[in-house]
Amino acid sequence: MAAPLLEEIKQTAADISGIVRVMEVCGTHTVAIRRSGVHSLLPENILLVSGPGCPVCVTPTSYIDNALHLLETTKATVVSFGDMLKVPGSDGRNLAGYLGRGRVRMVYSPSELLPIAQDSAGEVVFLAIGFETTIPTVAAAFLQARRAGIENLYLYTAFKTVPPALRVLLDSPDRNLDGFLLPGHVSVIIGEQPYRFLEERGGVPGVITGFEPLDLLQGISAVLKQIARGEQRVENAYTRAVRPNGNPKAREIMERLLEPVDALWRGFGRIPASGLALGRAFREADAELHFSLPPLYNVEPPGCVCARVLQGRVLPTECTLFGKRCTPETPVGPCMVSSEGTCAASFRYGDLEP
Amino acid sequence: MSISERITLEHGSGGALSRQLTEQLIYPILKNDAYGELADATPFQIRGRAFITTDTYVVDPPFFPGGDIGTLGIFGTCNDLAVCGARPRYLTMGLILEEGFLTADLRRVLESVRAAAEQVGVLVISGDTKVVPSGKGGGIFLNTTGVGEALGDHLLSVNNIREGDSVLVSGPVGSHGLAILASREDLKIGATLRSDCAPLFPLCEALYALGGKLRFMRDATRGGVAAVLNEAVAENRKCGMEIQETAFPISGTVAAASDLLGLNPLEIANEGVMIAVVAPEAATEALSLLRSFEAGREACRVGVANGRYPGRVILETAVGGRRILDLPRGLLLPRIC
Repeated sequence: MAAPLLEEIKQTAADISGIVRVMEVCGTHTVAIRRSGVHSLLPENILLVSGPGCPVCVTPTSYIDNALHLLETTKATVVSFGDMLKVPGSDGRNLAGYLGRGRVRMVYSPSELLPIAQDSAGEVVFLAIGFETTIPTVAAAFLQARRAGIENLYLYTAFKTVPPALRVLLDSPDRNLDGFLLPGHVSVIIGEQPYRFLEERGGVPGVITGFEPLDLLQGISAVLKQIARGEQRVENAYTRAVRPNGNPKAREIMERLLEPVDALWRGFGRIPASGLALGRAFREADAELHFSLPPLYNVEPPGCVCARVLQGRVLPTECTLFGKRCTPETPVGPCMVSSEGTCAASFRYGDLEP
Repeated sequence: MSISERITLEHGSGGALSRQLTEQLIYPILKNDAYGELADATPFQIRGRAFITTDTYVVDPPFFPGGDIGTLGIFGTCNDLAVCGARPRYLTMGLILEEGFLTADLRRVLESVRAAAEQVGVLVISGDTKVVPSGKGGGIFLNTTGVGEALGDHLLSVNNIREGDSVLVSGPVGSHGLAILASREDLKIGATLRSDCAPLFPLCEALYALGGKLRFMRDATRGGVAAVLNEAVAENRKCGMEIQETAFPISGTVAAASDLLGLNPLEIANEGVMIAVVAPEAATEALSLLRSFEAGREACRVGVANGRYPGRVILETAVGGRRILDLPRGLLLPRIC
């Protein structure tokens, strides 16, 4: 089934002169592409570069520092998704070091927050990171806890939304991108509308793409066809999951709890209205305010180029630490920690000479 | 006096209750001609070169679809002997029981041990039992040490592997790990999911008859076939391997369940599957030998050894892409055997 799509891609690529750089925005795409080996099937002039779509990777180091600070200066229990625990803070320590001492709890799903808060006598802080895919489930779990009368659950929000980061990439004066594979799961929630700015003058094609090998090939083929024709449309190649209007109910849950704020991204700096924090009615549950946590800032470990990897400017293999000081067992930067990180995918599945 | 319903600390004390447990429960089930009396050590004879191996079993839960910790403890250790070209002959068994473990469950495990040992043709000739306090152990742990007799002079080794050799898999992969995971987490992912727990000796013995054309065998337990293939190329160093993802036999249930859980069947533990590397001209014969056994009915050629990427296992994916198949990383499925 892949053969006709590959043939199509080959023919379209032959019509395009020069090298084309297409960014897969989403970390799940990065892993799916590497795992299925789709990148190795593409013509030489088609390059896939990874984008800022791994939530752990775009979270500033100082966020980890603040979480460690919380453990040292309060009695609160810190709850987190697993990927976050191994990311080194600015002094190299991580949250996993506290796992055995009962102060840090790892969860697979936000639905575990309610029982944890219920069983805990003290304050419980959830490290609330993620994109539009994760945010509604966290919001729903938090609201459910509220309805159950839980008052000791706090959110340390570093939620981010995808479209503002795409705009930064698009508007960058030295932009070196010809198109986007838009994230399938995020689009299930937000639909097609928030990407429309890509269609404006100076924009690039964006194709909402699924995660199976054939989905990926179909998305890549669609982007290339637009590039060959000089088009710049938002196109949905994942219609079996993504409706044009997304999931209004999930968005409504997000909006009930959260409001847009400026957010600090690792690799990008501050992006206006690219984050979500607790709205006025829920502000007393904001861990940053309740525990007076210091504001976030960006600082990178010496030699680590994760910040530029996230912008698609540097390939993992171009980093001097890659595979030497920085491996999945001893990660220096977040792109090597997260299972969705670009460096981890590149390390695990390799870059083969043709 | 009959044995109490549950194991107590006194059953491991070395006193009267220890003796009762051994004499009334364990020994009657496991006794055989070579294990004539309950002495401190048992004498045994072996012809020529002998092989010895040991393995400890901590699987959680101890009973699972397709087997239990007793079956695993016998087949697992005997398989380690078999893939080295040895006929399993004798086993010792150390039991660590947690206070409160049901005596009926222990009986069930011991019955499995006996049945599995009989199936392989191996004798349990020495044993030991200890009891740990409630909360300090996982119900039942066991260790078996196995001694086997060399089938011949030809030593199997990764260093025998040469460029062009064929890589074979003896059966469908991924079912043991998923069966354990499903029964532990009570996941409703297919009632047909069963551990593949099976003795590999008959298959190994048949392949060993190929002589020097059989290069290497290893059972694909923890880490699955991905781990075995990587160990082979890492130890050999001169060769790499090119493997085809679609060539592996995988049951529909395993494929669906691992997709749902985000696991790769090639990285999931098996207990009745091995990788064999044979000379290219012996591949067809090796496959028909394997397929003559129930456990090898779906044996397939999955790849080839070559020198293009020494030390690396390259996977050709279902869509024809190529990538590295690395050692599994992270602790996906703890206490799988």
